[in-house]
Amino acid sequence: MSFLELKDLRIHFPTDDGLVKSVDGLSFALERGKTLGIVGESGSGKSVTSLGILGLHKGGRAKISGEIWLDGEELVSATPEHVRTLRGKKMAMIFQDPLSAMHPYYTVGQQIVEAYRIHHPVGKAVARKHAIDLLGRVGIPQPDRRVDSYPHEFSGGMRQRAMIAMALSCDPELLIADEPTTALDVTVQAQILDLMRDLQQEFDSALIIITHDLGVVAELADDILVMYGGRCIEYGSASDIFERPEHPYTWGLLGSMPRLDRERTDRLMPIKGTPPSLINVPSGCAFHPRCAYEPRTDGKATTKVPDLLETEGGHLVRCHLSKDERRGIWENEIKPTLESA
Amino acid sequence: MVTYIIRRLIWAVVMIAIVSMITFAIFFLVPRLAGATSESLAARYVGRTASAQQVTVAAERLGFNDPLIVQYGRFAKGIVTGADYDYGPGVERCPAPCFGYSFLTRLPVWPDLLNRLPVTLSLALGAAVIWLIAGVATGVLSALRRGSFFDRAAMGIALAGVSLPIFFTGIVSLVVFSYGRPLALTAPGGSFTPFFVNPAQWAYSLILPWITLAFLYAAGYARLTRSGMLETMNEDYIRTARAKGLTERVVVFKHGLRGALTPILTIFGLDLGLLMGGAVLTESTFSLPGIGKYAIDAITNQDLPKVMGVTLVAAFFVVVANLVVDLLYAVVDPRVRLS
Repeated sequence: MSFLELKDLRIHFPTDDGLVKSVDGLSFALERGKTLGIVGESGSGKSVTSLGILGLHKGGRAKISGEIWLDGEELVSATPEHVRTLRGKKMAMIFQDPLSAMHPYYTVGQQIVEAYRIHHPVGKAVARKHAIDLLGRVGIPQPDRRVDSYPHEFSGGMRQRAMIAMALSCDPELLIADEPTTALDVTVQAQILDLMRDLQQEFDSALIIITHDLGVVAELADDILVMYGGRCIEYGSASDIFERPEHPYTWGLLGSMPRLDRERTDRLMPIKGTPPSLINVPSGCAFHPRCAYEPRTDGKATTKVPDLLETEGGHLVRCHLSKDERRGIWENEIKPTLESA
Repeated sequence: MVTYIIRRLIWAVVMIAIVSMITFAIFFLVPRLAGATSESLAARYVGRTASAQQVTVAAERLGFNDPLIVQYGRFAKGIVTGADYDYGPGVERCPAPCFGYSFLTRLPVWPDLLNRLPVTLSLALGAAVIWLIAGVATGVLSALRRGSFFDRAAMGIALAGVSLPIFFTGIVSLVVFSYGRPLALTAPGGSFTPFFVNPAQWAYSLILPWITLAFLYAAGYARLTRSGMLETMNEDYIRTARAKGLTERVVVFKHGLRGALTPILTIFGLDLGLLMGGAVLTESTFSLPGIGKYAIDAITNQDLPKVMGVTLVAAFFVVVANLVVDLLYAVVDPRVRLS
């Protein structure tokens, strides 16, 4: 069994308007030392999945089913108290906006010390020294002074480094980064991504990067999982997804990715329409209302949910088009326009 | 930080000076507008038996004919250094801080105020402790169990608490708990035992006013805490705290309540400052000889120096409370320290 394995995970939220199926049957596996990128639009279920792995939906209104195996332990059926003891220690999370994700009234050092001491019975002085070490390791200059600064006294990039230091305080084996660079400017983004890659190699942890930015996963991920409407619609190695993508939605994501090497006159190719409602999920393939190739499925896309099927060597696609059709469209229609510059 | 404190301190002094000017202007102008003359004001000092001649002399000696600004200067000087009152037959020394003499009792105002201050302070501080603990605890529980029976019941009672006036809740509590009833909690109204004389008796004589007053305020604090907690518990940093593996208790109290506490602290300081200047309704209802009762009596008797003294003392407490709140704010919220 893999280090982390999700089997048919479902996270549903009952609301007054109906059942919101944020995650609806998600399965994947991740080994130590590997990086998985989870990609999708807002509301595709990426963040809900990551919070679900950490057990942060437990005790709330969410209805959770399926299995989450972490290092041989099943977490969905585990007690909230047990999952709490794993949280921060065995698995940790880096959040999107470090300004709002850090408590404004406590110093960065206090927040790291707190994360460390909840799992390690050490005194304040020892924990403080550990916090200073961590801040130094994530590249914060003068960590012995900055440890007493408040989050608002840090720049955006430094704050994200501090957030990473906090997540790393207990050497977690699974690290989940939810949009770690979205709130940062581009030069800082690259530094943070480099830092995360270095740290992952140093700690040999499993890393999940959640993002809507394919550029970020292109930098880091070994494997990529594309989510749409709470489901996985394509899964494969980074080269599968970037060189041989087979799902129309993935093509759309690639087409809407701004690239510096393209001519300015080239238009981005945005995906038309809006992400699906998670209450009234479109019948059949959830992507069919936005899919340009839906007419080629003889109406199957509107009636039947396609299965997630393997096309080749671990590359999974959830689409009614046949393998040959998809490859034909990619080679002849999509790829040339993406590379036309 | 030091300049921040100094700046706030200077502001506080300026505020008190301005309030004293406005107060003085009001109490100088209002009687005049109502038809009072220098003589009729002086007449209240020299008594009814005085002749018109004596009154005129007294009015001149007491300075009622001087311009407003001069009179204010004398009044302010009296507060700082004390004043000498020249009645004609003799000069009476009024030591600092001199707020003048009561028209009625002929006694200086300040010692009276000083005598009554412990009553009001005991009432305000005791009630404040109760309402702060009860209000915040109820608010936190309500927020955590939002929509539960406890939440609905607590918020219903809080609504009643905010709406019902003291003279209603106070009298109901007196009827139920006092006057020789089996549930008697308190000594009959009007008694006050200083804390240093007998702490147990002190608490016993104040318990009913405390609870009545605290009920009014606790209700507001429960609602404030509840809405604040609902807001902070949705903050990203709460999710971070949970993601660190902190226990729910630490998440709620160290992270959630800490975030919600700032506005509560602000209101608390202001409420307490206001009350220390006299809990008028509570003191009247329970016949407690505090500043508020003193103010009511002074107003009823049109005893201007007393009214002015009470007003200034009340204003002083409000300004000091504001100052303390501002300084505490900087302690509680590190983001304030920058500016």
